[in-house]
Amino acid sequence: MSRPGSGLVLGIESSCDETGAGLVRGHELLADAVASSVAEHARFGGVVPEVASRAHLEAMVPAVDRALAMAGVTLRQVDAIAVTAGPGLAGALLVGVCAAKAYALALGKPLYGVNHLAAHVAVDQLEHGPLPAPAVALLVSGGHSSLLLVRDLTGDLTQLGSTIDDAAGEAYDKVARLLGLPFPGGPPIDAAAREGNAQAIRFPRSKYADGTADFSFSGLKTAVARWVEAREAAGLAVPVADVAASFQEAVADVLTRKAVDACLASGVDHLVISGGVGANSRLRDLAARRCEAAGIRLRVPRPGLCTDNGAMVATLGSDLLAAGVPPSPIGFAADSGLPVTEVLAA
Amino acid sequence: MLILAFDTATPAVTVALHDGTRAIAAESVVDSRRHGELLASAITKVLARGGAAVGDLTAIGVGAGPGPYTGLRAGVVTAQVLGSALGLRVDGVCTLDVIAVQACKGVAGEFIVATDARRREVYWARYSMSGERLSGPAVSLPADLPAGYPMAGEGAALYGGTGGLHGPQGEVTLIEPRYPDAAVLASMVAGRIAAGLDPGPPEPLYLRRPDAREPGRPKRVTPAAAAERVITR
Ligand SMILES: [Zn+2]
Repeated sequence: MSRPGSGLVLGIESSCDETGAGLVRGHELLADAVASSVAEHARFGGVVPEVASRAHLEAMVPAVDRALAMAGVTLRQVDAIAVTAGPGLAGALLVGVCAAKAYALALGKPLYGVNHLAAHVAVDQLEHGPLPAPAVALLVSGGHSSLLLVRDLTGDLTQLGSTIDDAAGEAYDKVARLLGLPFPGGPPIDAAAREGNAQAIRFPRSKYADGTADFSFSGLKTAVARWVEAREAAGLAVPVADVAASFQEAVADVLTRKAVDACLASGVDHLVISGGVGANSRLRDLAARRCEAAGIRLRVPRPGLCTDNGAMVATLGSDLLAAGVPPSPIGFAADSGLPVTEVLAA
Repeated sequence: MLILAFDTATPAVTVALHDGTRAIAAESVVDSRRHGELLASAITKVLARGGAAVGDLTAIGVGAGPGPYTGLRAGVVTAQVLGSALGLRVDGVCTLDVIAVQACKGVAGEFIVATDARRREVYWARYSMSGERLSGPAVSLPADLPAGYPMAGEGAALYGGTGGLHGPQGEVTLIEPRYPDAAVLASMVAGRIAAGLDPGPPEPLYLRRPDAREPGRPKRVTPAAAAERVITR
């Protein structure tokens, strides 16, 4: 179990399209400033790495300044700095890593280059207190979909399974495009689904009962495309709400079933859900019901903390600091493929 | 005056500490893939060698490019953060101008500085024999550069002999250096400060728009024959 420390930690996040700066003291959230470049990517239907990297550079110092102002503290009071070292987009990560190194250099304070996935798990502690160990974490976003076994947030995470093709959030984006809904696809599909019938169309659940903790969303996306094309070819209107609800049901069904199965198979009774798709209302509802039925305690941070932010990075940094883990060397590299087993970049 | 200057817009990571009169410590490494790893370490080394602490600094100078995106941003964001955290003036200086100041010591007329822009293009600008920029910076195919000028910078060296760059005699006269030197960058910043000039903005000179295309309609997934069947039925 991670015990909250008392140091003031600045967390910096730049792995995808959100520039995040967060401040925590122990497990207390003091500030969470996020500047998103999502609107600049919308017309491209996906995150454009160079557009994201340019936006990170523009937003970095203002985001940190905003976080400091929100928390009512000065840079001089910061005890340690944490930054996402990976995984993520290489050019985007580099902006945050170089910024964090410069803050560490200017302040003479320790620097932790941390794993983005572990940070997604850590953030839940800001709302629900120290995470009992072991726990299972379901991380679902536009960039990743995986099930992790968390024995110790500061050093012992293993991957139980992950998507073998698209991330869940990617499937949302692609289906949204098919339905003429905006990017990113999560919120508009969630909204449309509320007006639809989730049982209207039975879309396939790939790998549903294959006994692994892996996912596959590519086939589901293709099945939705095929169904929509057949409707259009037959000259019929596409019932957007029903398609959205039925697609969302398939995603939530697979994710929650696999997550509960992973808990039962590992003998773990705590499940954390995080990542951008963790903000999805159907996923949250279904997970709550299935966890309750299986005797599993479910922990899901509020939607604003599920998506990428600096507070999650600060929280993991805070745990590392409290655990007395030696910081990263100043020469550590941003690593776009950092495995979840490496909580700290060395 | 104590200026910390660095440039990461070319494959070189170059860092120098300058007291307003001369460079008191410097470090340069050429490794185009590791700017993010090398820069902060090089700064630490240069400060230690110069016997200075970050609190002693009075200004920051940074190469603003043009340069391939990722490496360029390593330097610019580092400069912005150091300036913000330490409350220092930050001067952005065109990287080609730095190379020009280094090169003009050995020229007898106008010359060009060209650096590698990748994708078989160069970033370039034309200079007077005293190192003043006359045109540019721009990004072009090597073949589109004006002929007849001696050229400094890695771009000239990379594309000079391959049929890319041609002077009137079919060959380009290459002049030194290939890469910017942060000690020279620092002395340029010292000159600006001494002359009471405003700082050059520490913003990257990209000169290109990001590569991104707006998607067309989603690709059909239904096989053509099956789709036809649905339509004709
Ligand atoms: Zn994420």
